[in-house]
Amino acid sequence: MAINCTRNQFQKLCHQAFRRNFSLRSAAQAKQLTVRDALNSAIDEEMERDERVFLMGEEVAQYDGAYKISRGLWKKYGDKRVIDTPITEMGFGGITVGAAMAGLRPICEFMTFNFSMQAIDQIINSAAKTLYMSAGEVNVPIVIRGPNGAAAGVAAQHSQCFGAWYSHCPGLKVISPYSSEDCRGLLKAAIRDPDPVVFLENEILYGIPMDVSDEVMSKDFVVPIGKAKIERPGSSVTLVSHSRGVQLCLEAAKELSGSGVDCEVINLRSLRPLDMETVEKSLEKTHHIVTVEQGWASSGIGAEISARIAESKSFFFLDAPILRVSGADIPMPYAKTLEAACLPQPQDIVRTVKTLLNVK
Amino acid sequence: MFSSKTVARVGRNYSTWKIWPKKSYSTEATFETKPFKLHKLEEGPSTSVTIGRDEALLLYRQMQTIRRMETAAGNLYKEKAIRGFCHLYSGQEACAVGMKASMISADSVITAYRAHGWTYLMGVSPVGVLAELLGRKGGCARGKGGSMHMYTKNFYGGNGIVGAQVPLGAGIGFAHKYKGDGGINISLYGDGAANQGQLFEAYNMAKLWNLPCIFVCENNGYGMGTSAERASANTNYYQRGEYIPGIWVDGMDVLAVREATRFARAMCAEGKGPVLLETATYRYHGHSMSDPGTSYRTREEIQEVRQSRDPITSFKDKMLNSNLATAEELKQIDTSVREEIDKAVKASKSDSEIGLDELAADIYAVNLEPVIRGVTSLDTVKHVNIGSRVNLN
Repeated sequence: MAINCTRNQFQKLCHQAFRRNFSLRSAAQAKQLTVRDALNSAIDEEMERDERVFLMGEEVAQYDGAYKISRGLWKKYGDKRVIDTPITEMGFGGITVGAAMAGLRPICEFMTFNFSMQAIDQIINSAAKTLYMSAGEVNVPIVIRGPNGAAAGVAAQHSQCFGAWYSHCPGLKVISPYSSEDCRGLLKAAIRDPDPVVFLENEILYGIPMDVSDEVMSKDFVVPIGKAKIERPGSSVTLVSHSRGVQLCLEAAKELSGSGVDCEVINLRSLRPLDMETVEKSLEKTHHIVTVEQGWASSGIGAEISARIAESKSFFFLDAPILRVSGADIPMPYAKTLEAACLPQPQDIVRTVKTLLNVK
Repeated sequence: MFSSKTVARVGRNYSTWKIWPKKSYSTEATFETKPFKLHKLEEGPSTSVTIGRDEALLLYRQMQTIRRMETAAGNLYKEKAIRGFCHLYSGQEACAVGMKASMISADSVITAYRAHGWTYLMGVSPVGVLAELLGRKGGCARGKGGSMHMYTKNFYGGNGIVGAQVPLGAGIGFAHKYKGDGGINISLYGDGAANQGQLFEAYNMAKLWNLPCIFVCENNGYGMGTSAERASANTNYYQRGEYIPGIWVDGMDVLAVREATRFARAMCAEGKGPVLLETATYRYHGHSMSDPGTSYRTREEIQEVRQSRDPITSFKDKMLNSNLATAEELKQIDTSVREEIDKAVKASKSDSEIGLDELAADIYAVNLEPVIRGVTSLDTVKHVNIGSRVNLN
């Protein structure tokens, strides 16, 4: 029952976010798009484009999605293609993987990625490995998506980043988008991709309207999986991050520019493949790098980037050690001040960069 | 026990009539099966089953081929030619062969790690199976899957994780329904896996959505070394779908299994949703090759089953007694099966493993990794695609 309570809390939270979103939308400019609408429109268009695409998960249909990502889709596509499941992740995780093996293009929504742990065997052992085990016969075109990482005030079991967990595994493609542009273009690419894609969204970003170009709104807009984006060019230091961490980096960069530090901010977009070419090129220019993530540092994304730099020729471009800014090595506490202390804040990035560059 | 209709051999032609042997055969025969036990069903499959001579000969050949192939696999394992895990199907042949006899070409199968027999029945040659066991390139997964991971059209493995194949099977059934291709899915699991939580999740959704799925519990009495009674609070596995109709069938009788499957398949095809079958069977070997299979059961128990309930011997007796075939004919089949398997063993043994150029083949249907890392950062391996990637487009 505790789980249900928590889920209800989640749903309340998302209702609030939804309402906020509406008010933002009404005030929004023509070229603004929330992350939620970016995801919703991507799913809608891909369902329109390919009859084999369907959405399955908890509360995705009649409830319109626990976080309203699937708003309106059940009304439009009906019971056949937008399917509410019981609260049984391992079961519907397996069912969607099986459906993909048999030629459909499922989008499996986990209400949050925390619950994907119930189904992680199906994601790794069934989805990621079947193509290799079958010597290239049975590929598994599935998208596994939902909100990932720290939310707000939901404590340890519901605040965790799975970027490192899934990007550890060959056979999976792992996307961790930041912006509305990322979400729209990468989700469309993920749905069209013939391999299993884990798509890690961020709940806190869902309601945020962001500027998008006309190109982003085109039905043909896709963002290539595995390519990072330089969100802010700079010359003093490279900040490399994913998901909400990118937002923190951009805020830190703004503040640091006041101290004469010109940050280059890289939005990884994909965690597997990891676009080291973009990271290394940046490092060759800045000679300094800080990784930023909300997940734990141990065996994390920053750890992987550091190791890859240490193993490559770009190691010789480093003028200082690589520093990692990450979630604290602690299960997430509930209390507000403690929670904030466990998550990287822009100030933490500023502090780290100043230490690295020896700037007062 | 049985009745038979004895007529002259079919297809006769008066001009050649005189050179036909005097002996006459039954073209078909009817047998009584053990009673089925039913759960949530008013009526069950017919206990009176009829089979034609040609089909009987085919089923006999299929069961013998599986038995011979498994014996060969056991020997290859003892020679240390087969590595790792190797779970043999000997004793359980009537389950797979009987089910296959009631399937149509659109139907699909997914099973657990005791997969060799099914792989063969779904279309892979004995060389394809044995070479896979030996890790050779002629194996149906080019030696990359091994004993537990074999695939072919409409056959989705071979799954090494106890119970994981059942939600997958429900998903394949979901795809049959979604596509409206007329097929149904058969998902098989053992009495050990029957207690896995994910099975109940799959039952629930399959029933909610009336998926065309037959869930088959092959109850061979033991989940590894734990007897059904020591693992399951209810050992009537055919009842354990609760709201799903269930049928208990004598899994040592290929005709009973065929009939039960025909019945269950028809229910699924009519849109009545899933059906649960329990096939009561027995495995002669241990759980896997590392298990002598004698610490938790007696040698006498195994002997007793071999002598009184063996699926091949009992079917052979039926065929002989009903005049469906002569002892000579069955012996000929035995000989030809033995030759086929011996040849397959030789061919598999002389085959080679795939080259290291295929080490990183088919990790992705469309690879986006710039390089695939080898064991050090100095070693990179090239990703290539070899397989047909059935869901590429």
